[in-house]
Amino acid sequence: MSVYLLRRLIQAALVMLAMSVIVFIGVYAIGDPVEILISPDADQMERARAIAALGLDKPLWQQYLSFLGNALRGDLGRSFVFNEPALKLIGQRAPATLELAFAAMFLAILVGLPLGLYAGLRPDGVGAKAIMAGSILGFSLPTFWVGLMLIMVFAVQLGWLPSTGRGETVEILGLRWSFLTMDGLAHMAMPALNLALFKISLVIRLTRAGVRETMLMDFVKFARAKGLSPRRVIGVHVFKNILIPVVTVTGLELGSTIAFSVVTESVFAWPGMGKLIIDSINVLDRPVIVAYLMSIVLMFIIINLVVDLLYSVLDPRVRLESK
Amino acid sequence: MSATTAAPAPIPAKAPRVETPLQRFISEFAESNIALGALIVFLCIVLIAVFAPWIAPQNPYDLAQLDIMDGRMEPGTVGGAGFTYWLGTDDQGRDMLSGIMYGLRISLVVGAGSAIVAAIVGASLGMLAAYAGGRTDTIIMRLVDLQLSFPTILSALMILAFLGKGITNVVIALIVVEWAYYARTVRGTALVERRREYIEAAQCLALPTRRIIFRHLLPNCMPPLIVVATIQIARAIALEATLSFLGLGVPITEPSLGLLIANGYEYMLSGKYWISFYPGIALLITIVSINLVGDHLRDVLNPRLKK
Repeated sequence: MSVYLLRRLIQAALVMLAMSVIVFIGVYAIGDPVEILISPDADQMERARAIAALGLDKPLWQQYLSFLGNALRGDLGRSFVFNEPALKLIGQRAPATLELAFAAMFLAILVGLPLGLYAGLRPDGVGAKAIMAGSILGFSLPTFWVGLMLIMVFAVQLGWLPSTGRGETVEILGLRWSFLTMDGLAHMAMPALNLALFKISLVIRLTRAGVRETMLMDFVKFARAKGLSPRRVIGVHVFKNILIPVVTVTGLELGSTIAFSVVTESVFAWPGMGKLIIDSINVLDRPVIVAYLMSIVLMFIIINLVVDLLYSVLDPRVRLESK
Repeated sequence: MSATTAAPAPIPAKAPRVETPLQRFISEFAESNIALGALIVFLCIVLIAVFAPWIAPQNPYDLAQLDIMDGRMEPGTVGGAGFTYWLGTDDQGRDMLSGIMYGLRISLVVGAGSAIVAAIVGASLGMLAAYAGGRTDTIIMRLVDLQLSFPTILSALMILAFLGKGITNVVIALIVVEWAYYARTVRGTALVERRREYIEAAQCLALPTRRIIFRHLLPNCMPPLIVVATIQIARAIALEATLSFLGLGVPITEPSLGLLIANGYEYMLSGKYWISFYPGIALLITIVSINLVGDHLRDVLNPRLKK
């Protein structure tokens, strides 16, 4: 196990290193940093001095090494727009994105699991067909458009929910959260539902497939033959078995939910990391772009690592194959 | 079913009615009414997009035809130019129906174009990985794994952050995001197919490798490739719309459906829903019809589901 762990850790570090090279080359070598970092009013002398100060006269590999060294110390440069350390900005915005993503995942399970269970138990019923058609729609609907339509219906026409922003926040552990106030929850309802839509469809399909497979298993027949009530057979025997794949996939999807929150945050002006990166790309605030990409890549690598490790704990075959 | 679906087979003489693979494929596809309907809808959309300049009531990019006085008119109002704006107008006084028809062109060209290039790149690399094996295979598949472990929107954002905004860069981003799906699919199929007897026979005939790959291996890897391509075109159209909505895609002068929707965003809050609503419906119909066709193609082309 420890050999496997070590090997996966080394792999993760290598991927991180490779991504840092890609991001560095992408942001600093393809675009001309001089254009962006130095004010256009500067004269020739000032330009030369600034280039030397930024280390841009050195060969590329030296520049990369100093970038890497700074990155390891948690210094990814200062935002041109906010004039604050880029990583600090990301850190300030992260709680908003994280709570939105977790709320969406929670909604996905809360809505998707019962619907999938129903569709799996009565696959030929009208209700099941409607649920499955709905899930195809959920896969096909463009997220940003659904967001706009939600705003139109619930904020503009019905006036039930606020259309944009994060609402009132509560400070806990130095970070600001909005899921603990009623106003915050009202602000979060639409973005969370919007972000959850795709995942709800996914959970419905997974649950339905799982239920249909499990219902044919011998242990279900046995439980029935034993005379257990249908409620107990489904609630305990079937449910436990479909929960494993559903939970794993939902966990895996957390990363993509955070990435896709870019869209939802832009629609609802939710002040998270996603809104920050879009604004930064629009004004070419490169340090923030780099900081966002590096931190989200790191997060993905960690999520993948944790999922792999969980698999190897749950499923001994994975461990054997890697030897 | 061996997949010479692409090649139109010569029609056999009448006496023994032997179905060619293409005919069998068509009759199997037509079994599902939903898929057939979706295909017809999709073809209509393509026709509308192709013939937009001739059937649209107005050229939405010809400023001379626009009347700013007609801005933000409700669907069904008759404008100053004397014709009815069935789907309303946007803030520039542009007829939304015409805007959607022209927007469809851009969405379809970007979506289909990037999917085709990505298919060629991905299929070639997948084929190479399967046929060469060894280290080449490992390197290509590691790249595929790396690409697929990040969500599409993140990779696309990364590329647009590097290259900047613009339609060419969106196409590049879509290709980079999509190639891995094709590569993985083709490699998987090719690995199975290359162990078949007909490849062995071709090798025994000492045919050149290139000929074996392109004339023997590739045609038999087509069915899954076609299915992936269908689904990927829909995904590319959706992703392009998303990127354009975020303001990273097509320029304002040539709005795709995504940008049309984005344009209506600010008017949404004052209840002028139609600027965003109708382009979204057009996008939705396009994506759903492609997905339904792709879903059914998967069933028809999957040999494991054969009766």
